[in-house]
Amino acid sequence: MSDITADAMPMMAHAPARVVVYNERIVKNAVIMAMFWGVVAFTVGVYLALELCWPAFNLGYSFTNFGRLRPVHTSAAIFAFGGTALIGTSFHVVQRTCRTRLFGGDALASFVFWGYQFFIVMAALSYVMGFSQSREYAEPEWYIDIWLTVVWVAYLIVFLGTLMMREEPHIYVANWFYLAFIVTVAMLHIGNNLAIPVSFFGAKSYSAFSGAQDALIQWWYGHNAVGFFLTAGFLGMMYYFIPKAANRPVYSYRLSIVHFWSLIFLYIWAGPHHLHWTALPDWAQTLGMAFSIMLWMPSWGGMINGLMTLSGAWDKLRTDPGLRFSVTAVGFYGMSTFEGPVMSIRDVNALAHYTDWVVGHVHSGALGWVAFISFGAIYYLVPVLWKRTGLFSNKLAAWHYWIATLGIVFYITSLWVAGIMQGLMWRAYDQYGFLQYSFVESVVAVHPYYVIRMVGGLLFLTGALIMVYNLIRTVNSPTTAPAAALRVGA
Amino acid sequence: MPTKIEKDSVTGTDTTGHVWDGVRELNTPLPKWWLYTFIACIVFALGQMLLYPSVPYGVGYFHGLLGYSQRKSVDKAVAEVTALRGQSLQAIQKASFAEIQADPKLLATAMTAGRIAFAENCQPCHGAGGGGRLGYPALAAGAWIWGGKLPEIQQTLIHGIRSGDPDARDSQMPKFGVDGLLKPEQIGQIAEYVMTLYGTPVPNVDVAPGKALFAENCAACHGLNGEGKREVGAPRLASKVHLNGLSRADVVAQINNPRMGVMPAWNTRLNEATIKSLALYVHAFGGGE
Amino acid sequence: MAIRHEFFEKNAIFLLVGTLLTVAVGGIVEVIPLFTIETTVEKVQGVRPYSPLELRGRDIYVREGCYLCHSQQIRALRDEVERYGHYSLAAESMYDHPFQWGSKRIGPDLSRVGGKYSSEWHYAHMQNPQALVPESLMPKYAFLAETPLETGDIQARLRTNRMVGVPYTDDQITNASVDLFAQADPNGDPAALMKRYPKANLVAGDGRRVTELDAVVAYLQVLGTMVNFADTSTEKLQQ
Ligand code: HEC
Ligand code: HEC
Ligand code: HEC
Ligand code: HEM
Ligand code: HEM
Ligand SMILES: [Ca+2]
Ligand SMILES: [Ca+2]
Ligand SMILES: [Cu+2]
Repeated sequence: MSDITADAMPMMAHAPARVVVYNERIVKNAVIMAMFWGVVAFTVGVYLALELCWPAFNLGYSFTNFGRLRPVHTSAAIFAFGGTALIGTSFHVVQRTCRTRLFGGDALASFVFWGYQFFIVMAALSYVMGFSQSREYAEPEWYIDIWLTVVWVAYLIVFLGTLMMREEPHIYVANWFYLAFIVTVAMLHIGNNLAIPVSFFGAKSYSAFSGAQDALIQWWYGHNAVGFFLTAGFLGMMYYFIPKAANRPVYSYRLSIVHFWSLIFLYIWAGPHHLHWTALPDWAQTLGMAFSIMLWMPSWGGMINGLMTLSGAWDKLRTDPGLRFSVTAVGFYGMSTFEGPVMSIRDVNALAHYTDWVVGHVHSGALGWVAFISFGAIYYLVPVLWKRTGLFSNKLAAWHYWIATLGIVFYITSLWVAGIMQGLMWRAYDQYGFLQYSFVESVVAVHPYYVIRMVGGLLFLTGALIMVYNLIRTVNSPTTAPAAALRVGA
Repeated sequence: MPTKIEKDSVTGTDTTGHVWDGVRELNTPLPKWWLYTFIACIVFALGQMLLYPSVPYGVGYFHGLLGYSQRKSVDKAVAEVTALRGQSLQAIQKASFAEIQADPKLLATAMTAGRIAFAENCQPCHGAGGGGRLGYPALAAGAWIWGGKLPEIQQTLIHGIRSGDPDARDSQMPKFGVDGLLKPEQIGQIAEYVMTLYGTPVPNVDVAPGKALFAENCAACHGLNGEGKREVGAPRLASKVHLNGLSRADVVAQINNPRMGVMPAWNTRLNEATIKSLALYVHAFGGGE
Repeated sequence: MAIRHEFFEKNAIFLLVGTLLTVAVGGIVEVIPLFTIETTVEKVQGVRPYSPLELRGRDIYVREGCYLCHSQQIRALRDEVERYGHYSLAAESMYDHPFQWGSKRIGPDLSRVGGKYSSEWHYAHMQNPQALVPESLMPKYAFLAETPLETGDIQARLRTNRMVGVPYTDDQITNASVDLFAQADPNGDPAALMKRYPKANLVAGDGRRVTELDAVVAYLQVLGTMVNFADTSTEKLQQ
């Protein structure tokens, strides 16, 4: 197998004359921190789920109540867990597929990594202390936003510089997606966070925009945080780790091209589907719906490329637990990118909006796609980075897989029921033509489903803890394999 | 690295010739079904954009061939449902309470209208089934402060109590303690007397001084025997049902600094027929007169 | 296709610029017209900037993440209009920096909650929601009643709002602090406050220190009360 040499001797480039030593320290750090933040995010998620089952869990303190903890969860999940996994894997992938060490030296890469970790800690602390701009997924106040901008520009420089220094004639498709993720997130972050602070020494700021315009700018950002952070970035991850783990060529280069450009072009327009039936003018809503529908196939392009890459290697799913996560992730990706366009249809959205259906949709993407594809990458990476023959236990990884999958099923099916029920109860009319249910009746009705969701989350968290244990044992296992045996058959 | 196009043995498709860290690509054409579905989606989307308001330009936007507007459409939907129940609502509005009560169908309509309006608007204060809670009267108990006949209830609902509405029911119990009208020990004595009216006398106290003070300060509103006076919304004290608590401490607090709860006026939020239905609904809790 | 795509695939800068241009289009086409098309924000009477105490209440609402459970947006749907009142207008949030339309209803919509309950009810409800609504999932916000309101920078807050487009007058900014305390003192003379901020609601206060809860209640009580819908028509409200 031709890739074994390259894989087995990460220090060595193909061209024997030139020796490339990759910066793997940074990738190792990212793997560790991603797992750490993952556990934090899932734990806070479970705690929030508990608060929604029994509000007494809010405890009456300011810093434990739902409103302050929820952004801790979303930021920890998306930015801390997801973002760290993206930075780590992008650094890994870009070095290997460009056959060059990271541009800008180790110091710049470390600045990006630790600067980003600092951003996360500051953001989380600020939420519990009571600072928030109330922009979903962009809650940090202005001074944290500025810090992130600096870190992000450094990230772009490292990544782009590495691409420019590459030893390969072509830029690999994974890197198109990573690059689109980095540069678009920069654009969105700056656009959405324009605000004027009340004073230079205070945390509070007021958004530069208001009302309907502010709403659209927020959801231009919010939807594309989904599109570029949670989709394009993780597609980059998929495009490297699935072919690597399956040891198969990517299914279709042409599909890569068409779905890449159509995806990034169309995604940006779909933001108004978060504002259907509101005081946002009709014309913008129509565009939001139309572009969401056009987005379906470009999204599925990634799924097809991921799944079809396995043709001829499906048997590997039985032996490689990491690959099993990645492939299931692609399945969930396909599901949530079908569900999304359906929910974007105005009449469907009339039912779904403001309900738990949206939260269910989010987590089929978040747990099924984002977390699973990351788990797959990390299960692959740990033996490679720490130079072990394999995982400490494939059996434990299989347990993780099944427990987590069950958790997701609990989570999303319960919230489908809860969400659709809420939507139907809110609009139900009795035989005389009056509203049938009061709002609190809908609150009472969802309680059992909230409990099921909480149990689902607990399962998912348990799985992650098993993974952490497995990875620690893997890293601590004494056997350093002879170089040639590394990931044979992987 | 030299690019070398190879044939993949599993699929029989050519690779593109590039290799990155061992990863190759196949040059598979776009899947047909994918392409056609994509085109179909684009056609559908363009169709939507043609029919509905869509493309913006400078200072205006294309309004779409259907002339659709969500605000017109909701107005229409509301008009439809209003028409659906319009006759019964109009009938409720026009009929007297007695007429409604005599017509089972009309009454049933009023009761459903009342049920949902009560759950959305009143229950947070008056509790489920009008059970009441501290500071918010139990509507089911029959211990009316302002009157439990249907028109009286209706009047209370329309204008509220101390709501700021010009026709609101309004009256103020003096702040005997806070404003220094009575000394603390006098307040204690009155409270002890009031406890006898509540039917839970404090054991072993002489209520004569309290009774005298009561007659002097309170009877004007609450009546000599604590029977209450509806014209000024002074609750009946000779009763077991109370707005502001049952204990001596509650009574002391009330004399010291009366609660003076506010009930919003509903004429700004609910239409006439709904308010009438609510009156019937509340009346039917069991306390109606 | 392969050949033409080499343009991007072999040059990282072209790829970067191509990507940026591609992703810029949608935002530009959708966002800019919202500022240039005049009907976006309806012309209606009554919407005024928040009084200083309401504004502070709003800041706390933002800070505590109430928007994560409560929407402030009555959609143009029949059941919403029946349950919550007239559908929300863009004009009603035109001074909201940032907007608070929300994206989830764990609790009911609040856009017209002003005047629906007494202030006394809000005080009790905020401190212990389950005492009034046993089914409620809302956290207890008793700590707001114990936290004195930070008032020192109230002028700066108004001024910053003016910078982002809220038409606070010099008079309003100069008297920010006076107005703030006046609204929290039901025994004072509110005439000047009412002139600057019509329909402002006086909240408890009674001479004690002003708390964060006072501000939140003042904010809740003004929600949805500004526009007089009697003098609007469907035609006037077309965006
Ligand atoms: C903000 C809380 C609040 C809400 C909401 C509320 N009420 Fe009241 N209601 C009160 C208070 C407080 C009183 C007693 C005031 C007093 O007389 O001291 C009262 C009194 C009444 C009375 C008079 C009782 C009597 O003994 O005369 C009726 C009838 C009534 N409410 C019905 C309703 C109905 C029907 C609704 C809903 C449309 C409603 N209330 C909503 C607070 C509320
Ligand atoms: C000007 C009229 C007025 C006078 C004088 C007055 N009250 Fe009241 N009283 C009211 C009103 C009105 C209420 C109900 C309002 C409320 O909820 O606080 C009330 C309520 C009460 C209640 C609570 C009743 C319940 O069911 O919970 C008590 C106890 C009471 N008064 C005792 C007294 C006593 C004792 C005095 C004399 C020291 C007194 N009142 C003098 C008007 C008056
Ligand atoms: C965890 C979710 C949650 C959070 C956070 C929350 N609420 Fe609520 N809220 C609810 C629920 C559920 C209800 C409905 C039951 C009730 O009235 O308590 C409600 C009801 C209300 C109501 C009564 C609305 C009506 O029309 O009956 C108000 C006002 C309110 N909340 C204000 C707030 C404010 C202000 C905050 C933030 C400081 C807040 N809420 C935070 C869940 C929440
Ligand atoms: C074609 C792809 C997709 C489309 C068209 C789409 C569409 C939608 C729609 C219509 C909503 C509901 C908005 C509302 O009513 O409030 C939504 C919410 C959401 N979606 Fe998707 N979705 C897609 C894919 C994804 C994926 C892959 C994820 C990954 C995690 C995701 C994450 C989210 C999130 C986080 C929200 C919640 C936003 C909020 O806070 O309200 N979506 N999406
Ligand atoms: C153990 C696993 C998890 C649990 C139990 C959990 C639980 C929750 C809960 C209770 C909420 C609040 C829902 C509401 O407001 O009604 C939430 C919101 C959210 N979570 Fe999670 N979560 C988990 C994992 C994740 C992961 C891995 C991600 C992302 C990668 C994620 C992303 C989000 C997002 C984006 C929202 C906001 C949704 C919206 O606004 O519509 N969660 N989660
Ligand atoms: Ca921010
Ligand atoms: Ca949300
Ligand atoms: Cu979206």
